[in-house]
Amino acid sequence: MPRRDDLHRILIVGSGPIVIGQACEFDYSGAQACKALRSDGYEVILINSNPATIMTDPELADRTYVEPLTAAYAEEVIRRERPQALLSTVGGQTGLNLAVELAETGVLDRYGVELIGAKIESIKKAEDRLLFKDAMRKIGLEVTQSQLVNNVEDGLAFASKIGYPIILRPSFTLGGTGGGIAYNREELVEILERGLDLSPVHEVLVEESVIGWKEFELEVMRDLAGNAIIVCSIENFDPMGVHTGDSITVAPAQTLTDREYQMMRDGALRCLNEIGVDTGGSNVQFAINPADGRMVIVEMNPRVSRSSALASKATGFPIAKIAAKLAVGYRLDELKNDITRVTPACFEPVLDYVVVKIPRWQFEKFPGAEPVLGTQMKSVGEVMSIGRTFKQALAKGIRSLETGKAPAARKLDPNLISNRLITPNPERLDYILFALERGESIEEIHSITYIDPWFLRQLQEMVDFEKELAGETLEGVSRATLLRAKREGLSDTRLARMWNADPLAVRARRKELGIHAVFNRVDTCAAEFESFTPYLYSSYESEDEAEPSERKKVVILGSGPNRIGQGIEFDYCCCHASFALQGFGHESVMVNCNPETVSTDYDTSDRLYFEPLTLEEVLNVVDEEKPDGVIVQFGGQTPLNLALPLKKAGVPIIGTDPSNIDLAEDRKLFGRLLDSLGIPSPANGTATNPEEARDLARRLGFPVLVRPSYVLGGRAMVIAYDEDTVRQYMREAVNYSQDRPVLIDRFLEDAIEVDVDALSDGEDVLIAGIMEHIEEAGVHSGDSSCVLPPHSLPAPVIETIKNYTRRLARALNVIGLMNTQYAVQNGTVYVLEVNPRASRTVPYVSKATGVPLPKIAVGLMLGKKLAGFKELTASAVDGVLTTRQYFVKSPVFPFNKFPGVDPALGPEMRSTGEVMGVGDSFGQAFGKAQVGAGTPLPRSGAVFLSVNDRDKPTAVEIGRRLASLGFQLFASRGTAAALKSAGVACKVVFKVNEGRPNAVDLLKAGSVQLIIYTTTGGRTFPDEQAIRRAAIACRIPCITTISGARAAAEAIASLGSRPVRVWSLQEIHSPVGESATG
Amino acid sequence: MNTAILALEDGAFFEGVAFGAPKDSAGEVVFNTAITGYQEIFTDPSYSGQIVVLTNPQIGNYGANVYDQESGRPYIEGLIVRDLSPVASNWRSLETADQYLAGRGVAVASGIDTRALVRHLRTRGVMRGVLSVTGGRVEDLVARAKSIPSMAGLDLASRVGTTTQYHWDEPVSPVCSSDHEAAPEPPRFHVVAYDFGLKRNILRRLVHAGARVTVVPALTTAEDVLALHPDGVFLSNGPGDPEPLEFQAAQVRKLLGRTPIFGICLGHQILGLALGARTYKLKFGHHGANHPVINRITNKVEITSHNHGFAVDPETLDLNRVEITHVNLNDQTLEGFRHRDVPAFCVQYHPEAAPGPHDSHYLFHDFIQLMETSRQH
Repeated sequence: MPRRDDLHRILIVGSGPIVIGQACEFDYSGAQACKALRSDGYEVILINSNPATIMTDPELADRTYVEPLTAAYAEEVIRRERPQALLSTVGGQTGLNLAVELAETGVLDRYGVELIGAKIESIKKAEDRLLFKDAMRKIGLEVTQSQLVNNVEDGLAFASKIGYPIILRPSFTLGGTGGGIAYNREELVEILERGLDLSPVHEVLVEESVIGWKEFELEVMRDLAGNAIIVCSIENFDPMGVHTGDSITVAPAQTLTDREYQMMRDGALRCLNEIGVDTGGSNVQFAINPADGRMVIVEMNPRVSRSSALASKATGFPIAKIAAKLAVGYRLDELKNDITRVTPACFEPVLDYVVVKIPRWQFEKFPGAEPVLGTQMKSVGEVMSIGRTFKQALAKGIRSLETGKAPAARKLDPNLISNRLITPNPERLDYILFALERGESIEEIHSITYIDPWFLRQLQEMVDFEKELAGETLEGVSRATLLRAKREGLSDTRLARMWNADPLAVRARRKELGIHAVFNRVDTCAAEFESFTPYLYSSYESEDEAEPSERKKVVILGSGPNRIGQGIEFDYCCCHASFALQGFGHESVMVNCNPETVSTDYDTSDRLYFEPLTLEEVLNVVDEEKPDGVIVQFGGQTPLNLALPLKKAGVPIIGTDPSNIDLAEDRKLFGRLLDSLGIPSPANGTATNPEEARDLARRLGFPVLVRPSYVLGGRAMVIAYDEDTVRQYMREAVNYSQDRPVLIDRFLEDAIEVDVDALSDGEDVLIAGIMEHIEEAGVHSGDSSCVLPPHSLPAPVIETIKNYTRRLARALNVIGLMNTQYAVQNGTVYVLEVNPRASRTVPYVSKATGVPLPKIAVGLMLGKKLAGFKELTASAVDGVLTTRQYFVKSPVFPFNKFPGVDPALGPEMRSTGEVMGVGDSFGQAFGKAQVGAGTPLPRSGAVFLSVNDRDKPTAVEIGRRLASLGFQLFASRGTAAALKSAGVACKVVFKVNEGRPNAVDLLKAGSVQLIIYTTTGGRTFPDEQAIRRAAIACRIPCITTISGARAAAEAIASLGSRPVRVWSLQEIHSPVGESATG
Repeated sequence: MNTAILALEDGAFFEGVAFGAPKDSAGEVVFNTAITGYQEIFTDPSYSGQIVVLTNPQIGNYGANVYDQESGRPYIEGLIVRDLSPVASNWRSLETADQYLAGRGVAVASGIDTRALVRHLRTRGVMRGVLSVTGGRVEDLVARAKSIPSMAGLDLASRVGTTTQYHWDEPVSPVCSSDHEAAPEPPRFHVVAYDFGLKRNILRRLVHAGARVTVVPALTTAEDVLALHPDGVFLSNGPGDPEPLEFQAAQVRKLLGRTPIFGICLGHQILGLALGARTYKLKFGHHGANHPVINRITNKVEITSHNHGFAVDPETLDLNRVEITHVNLNDQTLEGFRHRDVPAFCVQYHPEAAPGPHDSHYLFHDFIQLMETSRQH
């Protein structure tokens, strides 16, 4: 059964912005699907609102629409492009939901589009809890027993039938609020009463508890002929009760006998059959009672999932690519295994190594959110590590996390052990190791964590061995012991700390003793067949399989785990660096440890090292490959932190010199440079104690921006309007010392912030994009919407910005990319920051301008000149790239996952992802970006305004405009007074503490469609927070800055009742300016 | 901790830590890539004369129990692993894998770079080796490895199987309350099973599908088998080279056409020999649980369990008399055939799994079906 010839054009739906639970793994799967289908001669149409993705590169599809993932926009794409089929299974839950909506609203039928991958009935059977349970019971699989109840009596009756503990999940509450576990009748009554009250539909799901059971996942692939394989089994280190995305997971499953495993395998295949998944990949989750082996099926996803990405990386089996091929009719046995080349894709990969995935959380960015883990995913990223044993893989995984916490430097409190063990939380692994160090037994720990004793025993061995090693010295340690330490996964740094030595001395010593890292291959078959794909991981085994080539080659250091402030944008840059290197005839070598990314696809680079991004591991790769250059400027902060040590070790860093990168980060040196160039920056200084801080703040004048040195994504940054805030900050908020002073800047109020990305070859400087922020300075640049080209900056300001950018690039001798942040206040341009490296905005600018910035940057690093890239830059060499339309980038926030957190924007970055809106006007582009971000602006209804005094004049303008567009206005007392005195009619509404009905009541009643609630500066008050939180809970757009409000009004006016318009990147950037037709 | 050394006949050697029984062992060194099911592998009589390398690095995690045994004791000569678990974590386990093997006389080397060893065997082919846990010198061990009788030409089957006839009526039992195994069929057919090193799960599967089984020794004559009035004859798996099994092939020739025949693994090879085909030794054999096999009749792919070092050469099969039914998609080797005129069929792989996927259980029902049809004629 070869490919279907009746299909020619296929629409692929992406997954949209990065959010918690749906990250760049879907860029990986979507990009694979695009490539797979195009290589088979299909025309691919793609829709995805996320500009930071590889899949939305114009080269990956025939038509690429960076447009909102809503039915209206998708329908317009379908109307224009007339695809015959829609592949719904590679765009995560978002893609699947959109496909269902298009099917149910008749769009697909209307345009004759066939759903391929998963049929609508299958999706519904898998997604609807009750339908799913019925289907599974029908085929003899056990499921947890559950019942929906709307009164306490029914809940009690059900509980008496199935016994305690009981899980309670109120229906339709944000983030599962109000749910819980009841261990007895009293608790049940208490939680159930509260849950019924909190549920808007007065309904709670009462469910049998399988908390503490062992949790497993199987990744299954099936073709149209019914051939099915298990690609990978995954066992969760954290038992049931913690979301898989928040669990440490291990592949392959470690504690199942063949009998149990085959029972699970049979169950998974029967499940796919019953759900009716004709083709593609699915993920099936099971729980097993460790006491008697009883197995229940927990859920299944009839699509490519986060776990599929992990399984693909863990095994070398490209699930998404194969899924796309199966969707167009291929059989599994007609497809080849890329890695062995001779064997078919119809087999089950076997592993002769162990893979560990560890999530990365960032609760510290969401004060007010309790750092506990449960059934809702909270992690923002993950790392994967590969080792020959579990211990080695776990140790590598821990250092891949880059939490900055070495195991020895952990600050753990003995009094917290039992609490941290009982309640799953981000520090649980640390605390288990700590408990074992203090002599607690595996049995004790198992009895409160339910973690399988086999895993605990492995941890025990790690702890015991480290104790043994502590008695050694660097000089005295034997070769055998040192080799064992390396085989068990201990880093040079860890050993150095134990032995009071320098990590590089440990490295030197072990090399003297002939202990070198070697590299093994991930080959899908445990070495049964020869591998032709250099997909490598390090170990301390006896044989090296890397087989490096003699070609000219460059190593690219990736960006490690996703985190807020360092995400998919940097992976985009790294992948492009790799493609560019190949284009320039160099071999590309990738080093990264993030399984969600395109960069860790073995197809992306010539050679892939799946390794932690530490100095030790990177040096190992460099020793092995002996590259002509190493690129550190594309992976965000992670590789930059390694730049200087690598340079010191003699590694050839190409592009901007690491010392100049460092100079730009060093406050004093950079200040001196600015002075010498005569470029203004906000007055600033450093402080190492509270008194110094207070004096400095006084001298600079309030408000001031206070932050620690060397941080990412605005960690722990505040704007202080008074001395109290500065004092409190110095007392509580942050660690500082003589080496790491606190940085204090004069904060520029009401300034417009501008981001500039530029390319430089050391002489010519090409300005790629001048991005005007919508939110005023003070909101982290990653959390602010921005527009390209700038829509309100006067020409002289733009000239000044161009002039400063060029001079800075030359002064820092930038070779490659540079990002500069400016603030414009009353016509004066101040430099806030210069980063001589790829920035978060590079993919967005590349897509808006149609110019592949990373590609040119790599050319420059290889010694080429900007003048040599005229065919890519529309002949621009030292000017500014132009755009034909307006492109707005807007952030997406995870506040719905952190109930209780104030969603007001500030200097600390908290957005996880971004979308892009394209339009003929700023308003249209901004409006589309808001739709894409999931916070569509209303076209009619009522607006509630409450602004601070400074914002009142602008608020009046906005109010007048909205009123003229037919909106009804509500306002708090002060704002209402301002509106009324300007002749704008509005109704006064109580603030929360003023009486009822108040603004929150209005929200809950659905009488308000938009909220404009600006902060009062400095601190926020409970009242403001209550309203903003209520807005998040009611899913009503809430704008917290006045400039954002102004943009929103313009967008509302611009979108009005006009029809939906979409443009593909190909038509936007076509050289002849192919006009948008249709 | 005692050192363990595995020395190969070509002079290569690998060092690890000794576990299991404190005695040296010798045999052909083969590798198995299955991720689960080590206890079934230990106890599979087909591994007689072989030291087994497991490619899954973490072995012993779930301990050992009394249920997952394919025979009464371990048959492997020695075990080579990357990391042997000191604990057993599973509700059915009774002892650790180390205790299990130590108590039954099998030596283990742990901490071995099994990947390097497998790559060595893959490129040079399987070879003889000595596993020493008692401190032998490498040169001596290599010399001893060279002196081990080669597997080729060795009749192990007649030695490993039962010496007395017995009955088997135990079906497959569910592993736990969630096991969705169908209920056993009533025993409507009498199967006589030749034991050349029989795995118990074959017997359980036969019973489950509706047979009662009489197991007979490898040296039983066709006449004695027919005297038991079988509805069908089963030819079991077993160790070693099929070529020397001329007696067995001759008995099968006599049985062909007199009673339905089903062969698995060595049984498949013997059936091939009986029909005039030749067998040959594979470079490093098939030992694992992930091989894709296409059923040419249904055109469906089965993921299958394998354990064989020899194979039937399809070039030597008389295609006028037999039809090739199963082919390995990895290397196109012959995996199954059936007789065109008389009721006889066989597969090279292990439909009873244990360990491995259950995709091929249907073959036991096919055998029942074949007996049913034959009975009607």
